[in-house]
Amino acid sequence: MAYNLKRELNKPERFLGGHRLCAGCGCGITVRAVLRALNPEDKAVIANATGCLEVSSFMYPYTAWKDSYIHTAFENAAATCGGVEAAYQVLKRKGKIDDTYKFITFGGDGGTYDIGLQSLSGAMERGHDMVYVCYDNEAYMNTGIQRSSSTPRFADSTTTPVGAVHQGKPQNKKDLTEIMVAHGIPYVAQTTFIGNFRDLHEKSRKAIYTPGAAFLNVLSPCPRGWRYPTEDIAAIVKAAVDSCVWPLFEVENGVYRLTYEPKRKLPVADYMKLQGRFAHCFKKENEWMLEQAQQWVDEKWNALLEKCTNT
Amino acid sequence: MSIRERLSGNEAVAYAMRQINPDVMGAFPITPSTEIPQIYSRYIADGKVDTEFVAVESEHSALSTCIGAEAAGARAVTATSSAGLAFMWELLHVASSSRLPITLACVCRALTGPININNDHSDAMNARDAGWIQIYAENNQEAYDNYLQAMPIAEHPDVRLPIMVCQDGFITSHSVENIELLEDEKVKAFVGEYTPENYLLKHENPLAVGPYGVSAYYMEAKMAQAQAMVNAKQVILDVGRSYAELTGRYYGFFESYCMEDAETAIVLIGSSAGTARVCVDMLRAQGRKVGMIKVRVYRPFPGEELAQALENVKAVAVMDKCESYSTHGGPLGAELRSALYDAQQHPLLINFVYGLGGRDFAVTDCEMVFNALEEALQKGSAKPVYRHLGQRGGDLRGL
Repeated sequence: MAYNLKRELNKPERFLGGHRLCAGCGCGITVRAVLRALNPEDKAVIANATGCLEVSSFMYPYTAWKDSYIHTAFENAAATCGGVEAAYQVLKRKGKIDDTYKFITFGGDGGTYDIGLQSLSGAMERGHDMVYVCYDNEAYMNTGIQRSSSTPRFADSTTTPVGAVHQGKPQNKKDLTEIMVAHGIPYVAQTTFIGNFRDLHEKSRKAIYTPGAAFLNVLSPCPRGWRYPTEDIAAIVKAAVDSCVWPLFEVENGVYRLTYEPKRKLPVADYMKLQGRFAHCFKKENEWMLEQAQQWVDEKWNALLEKCTNT
Repeated sequence: MSIRERLSGNEAVAYAMRQINPDVMGAFPITPSTEIPQIYSRYIADGKVDTEFVAVESEHSALSTCIGAEAAGARAVTATSSAGLAFMWELLHVASSSRLPITLACVCRALTGPININNDHSDAMNARDAGWIQIYAENNQEAYDNYLQAMPIAEHPDVRLPIMVCQDGFITSHSVENIELLEDEKVKAFVGEYTPENYLLKHENPLAVGPYGVSAYYMEAKMAQAQAMVNAKQVILDVGRSYAELTGRYYGFFESYCMEDAETAIVLIGSSAGTARVCVDMLRAQGRKVGMIKVRVYRPFPGEELAQALENVKAVAVMDKCESYSTHGGPLGAELRSALYDAQQHPLLINFVYGLGGRDFAVTDCEMVFNALEEALQKGSAKPVYRHLGQRGGDLRGL
């Protein structure tokens, strides 16, 4: 059946209102969209790394989750989810349960690119039947916008502040999606919520219903950290995709496929100018920053196009 | 009829695990506990158990796996030592606060700094305030017996706390000794099935685990843990009695040896008890009224019971295989001294730190301890009340 957003939105919500995420937070949008990809009759266990999502959605005695949910720590959400999945396999084998469960882990970029990378790598390598979803908002937002290895170059963060000598983060963003591809797992995809959410929905379905380990990297802007008006989030993610800062692609059993090609590739500056964290890049003397940002995006984009045509 | 065998401490624990056939094992090798997952993986390879064996990339993930699995409704186990236990530190607290009765076989080894693979209790003792039940074994038989009692204690509805079954690295874990084993079906009947009330995979009702605990609720959660540890005392004694009915081997909080009329006593934990027992016998043969208490259960701490057992003793040496850098003694010394404060009679007390990083504790060392107690009695003073035993050079200066 062809994708239809209206029909999808009529499914019963599995992540409910009343959570304490900020207005305009990308993470909540990502979570709801991923969970819509579950068959309504299937049960799920959600594992969650410490972060904005966790502290906002399960503050005792309230939970925003309709499904079973587990949070243990910042750096081990993948291993925790692997443990739940292992329990499911053995209890099912022993005939102690007969429901069908799916296992989905959510972690921010801090809990995924950085402190949780080892745990993630281990769980993916072992091939647990689970999906790890990174809601990538490109900094440690829960603790107050500190840089992570996902923060893009030049971004102003509270640990890479723009000052008289230094001009934001000196390093480029880590390419975690490629690292996950290198694990050789059955399904890896990079996506975000543009237009009618079809890209995110279809990739979530594949990730959830492909047996074995799967990884989704979902660009999920943070209005506080990126410094844009909350209502602009759709324009921000669209610009990220159209400028090729965040290409949409998937890798199924090692085969790359571009799932969206911009009709007109926007300059990276068009994406950066929408966000306060890059404001200093637009000073007259800082033109070189825009040039270098563009150059880096172009290199990554061309390399991706090559992989998509050659595999 | 029990089975007579010869096994090392690690083999004994792996054997007990096979008999229990837990649902999930989070496994990561570290000396000297490595053999436990190694032997267990052989049982799996041979189809003797149907455990999900999750060979993770770190101890941190081993305990995380156990937490996820136990929360999901499965019985989960792991084994570790030293740096491995230290790497689990954050999750030790997550496991206990989530009230997940995971069983961890701790094969005690010195903590790194400098790196050392031999026995002391610095790993387990550093985890003493993590909300886990801790039971220590003297030898392979006790490691086996304690392991079989672990789940009935930890999973009891009044307790629901994780449990650490500790034995001494190499000294116990790698020494092959005679052992009496139970038949598989007796073990299965004694340990039973894990039947939690709530779990993630429960059909009727989903569960949320690991909330953000705001100030209005956090303290109640901590109180509930503390209450569970209080409750564990009775459960440990009850399970010990049932186990005695099954095997004839009874275990309480501690073992008293020649304490009836003892004037001086040594209190210690683990394999050193074997050495101390020989020393006590030797000194008793010389007419000296000496005794020994071997602490089996350290968490919950049987403070009142120990104070009672020491009420007629004139001088006591408390032995810590762990330095706590408090300038006031080791953990067992500090806690036992504190327990004695409320007792009617106070014996003189010297707290010895000994046996660090595998430093030998010989019968002659034990004799030196008893001699120090007699000297203290003659002087009427135990000072210095915090000492080290077996090191080169003198003891600490400036105390």
